[in-house]
Amino acid sequence: MAYLSIENLTVSYGEKVILKELNLQITEGKITALIGPNGCGKSTLLKTVARILTPKQGKVLLQGEDLHKQDTRRVARQLALLPQAPVTPDGVTIRDLVGYGRAPWGSRWGRLSDDDRQIVQQSLEQVGLEELAELPATDLSGGQRQRAWIAMILAQKTDLVLLDEPTTWLDIAHQIELLKLMRELNQEGKTIVVVLHDLNQACRYCDELVVLKQGALQRQGSPEQVLTQQLVQSVFELDAQIHPDPVAGTPTLVAV
Amino acid sequence: MYPRLTLLCLPVVLLALVVSGVLLGSLDLQTALEAGPGILTDLRLSRVLVAVLAGAGLGLAGAMIQGVVRNPLASPDVIGVTTGAGAAATALLLVFPDIAFSWMIPSAISGALLTMALMLWLIRHQGLNPARLVLTGVALSAWLAAITDWLLVSHPFQVNAALVWLTGSLWGRGWDHVAVLLPWFLILVPLTLVMALKLDLLALGDETAEGLGADVRNTRKWALLLSVALAAVSVAVCGAVSFVGLISPHLARLLVGGTHRRLLPATAMIGAVLVLLADILARTLAPPVELPAGVLTSLIGAPYFLFLLTRYRGW
Repeated sequence: MAYLSIENLTVSYGEKVILKELNLQITEGKITALIGPNGCGKSTLLKTVARILTPKQGKVLLQGEDLHKQDTRRVARQLALLPQAPVTPDGVTIRDLVGYGRAPWGSRWGRLSDDDRQIVQQSLEQVGLEELAELPATDLSGGQRQRAWIAMILAQKTDLVLLDEPTTWLDIAHQIELLKLMRELNQEGKTIVVVLHDLNQACRYCDELVVLKQGALQRQGSPEQVLTQQLVQSVFELDAQIHPDPVAGTPTLVAV
Repeated sequence: MYPRLTLLCLPVVLLALVVSGVLLGSLDLQTALEAGPGILTDLRLSRVLVAVLAGAGLGLAGAMIQGVVRNPLASPDVIGVTTGAGAAATALLLVFPDIAFSWMIPSAISGALLTMALMLWLIRHQGLNPARLVLTGVALSAWLAAITDWLLVSHPFQVNAALVWLTGSLWGRGWDHVAVLLPWFLILVPLTLVMALKLDLLALGDETAEGLGADVRNTRKWALLLSVALAAVSVAVCGAVSFVGLISPHLARLLVGGTHRRLLPATAMIGAVLVLLADILARTLAPPVELPAGVLTSLIGAPYFLFLLTRYRGW
């Protein structure tokens, strides 16, 4: 039985069909990158798995259970989502923000137990924000803010983590920092599905690539299997050469 | 910021004001006591309690709406809900001048709900965009105010009571009003406080909130409904005391931060303090003439709203 299984999934915005009868299996304990041109449906797929969108047809099964038939709170204990543009609220400290990660576990009133507080503290330390924890979340820089959101997801203690373009607003140093943090989470046993735009980063930091085009699955497999000249040509309509990364040996795309 | 300490200080401030509200008045304390205990308990204490309840209700209503639409400019008066409640209650007051007061509340709630429904229908394609919400609210309020005026002009004999009520006054409010208000508050306020965590999550954006286990659609629906009901109940008993719903959550956020578990109780107490203070001033500034409390809150609230507009960057 596959860990996360997407079966015959059709999702549409009104009349416009984004994903069409998609079938896909995600392996437990791996980092899977969703890639493809703009509008190919990769964010839509992620949002449907996270139950932000409701499928028109088909199911998403997590360890055999249909995610769209479960209570929201129960799902939130199994999978965490970092959306593209989370809103940073006013008058809330970083510690408060990370504490919200305990919402699916703790009391419905929002009071944190001692265990919850300890988990929040560990999460803050893991992303290196423990020194800034009492500052208002709105005071953070872009890179720090993204780390705060990651800490919130850590505090949520889920096995599955979904990241929707987590590097988009970051400069290159913070992008790499975030991708390394993602690998750390993976080494602790979390399964990660991430939408990435940069193919080279996807090859270097992810175990599996899933390529979508116009709402349909094109290829799935390891970076070496997937990233070929023909694929880049047919999916992105781009002439490119593929060379091994001088540091890691993973495939790297160079435009011609 | 010491949120916990502030949260403990607020009840003290409120209590001090309640005591002053009972002791101060157009008659000095000694004369009042000689005239019998009736003035203090029957007239002043009951009126003070009405002010506390209505203020708390308006404040909470404002905090809930601001939480739901993620917009610090929203409040029951800005989006026209209080005007709607007022229009419905005025209609009832004018058409059936002898009706029991307890009917005012259901009528105000239905007026407020209708206004809210109309508002949501008008902005259905644009979502809860701040500028649109405020502008639609202004137009809707003006329209409802016109209906109210028309009702007033066409019923000249009942105008006086309605006018005093419309500006927002606690004149002549007594134990009957407390008795009608209290059951509503005992139901609505706990329901509001239970939503604290969900409102926190909603502030992180719909997707994050859903990801953390909050059912966004239901949360939004219930919070709006509770907010409208609280505003309507408060308006039904003391008229449209304006701007309390807008200002109280802002002051509370400055004092205790944005976590609703602290924000909601603080907002309720600050709302109560504001209305009570306005009423005490209204009674004692120029006795024996009594200003409506709503005039005072508008005198202070409207400039504050303008100040917020100049600072708001989220257009």
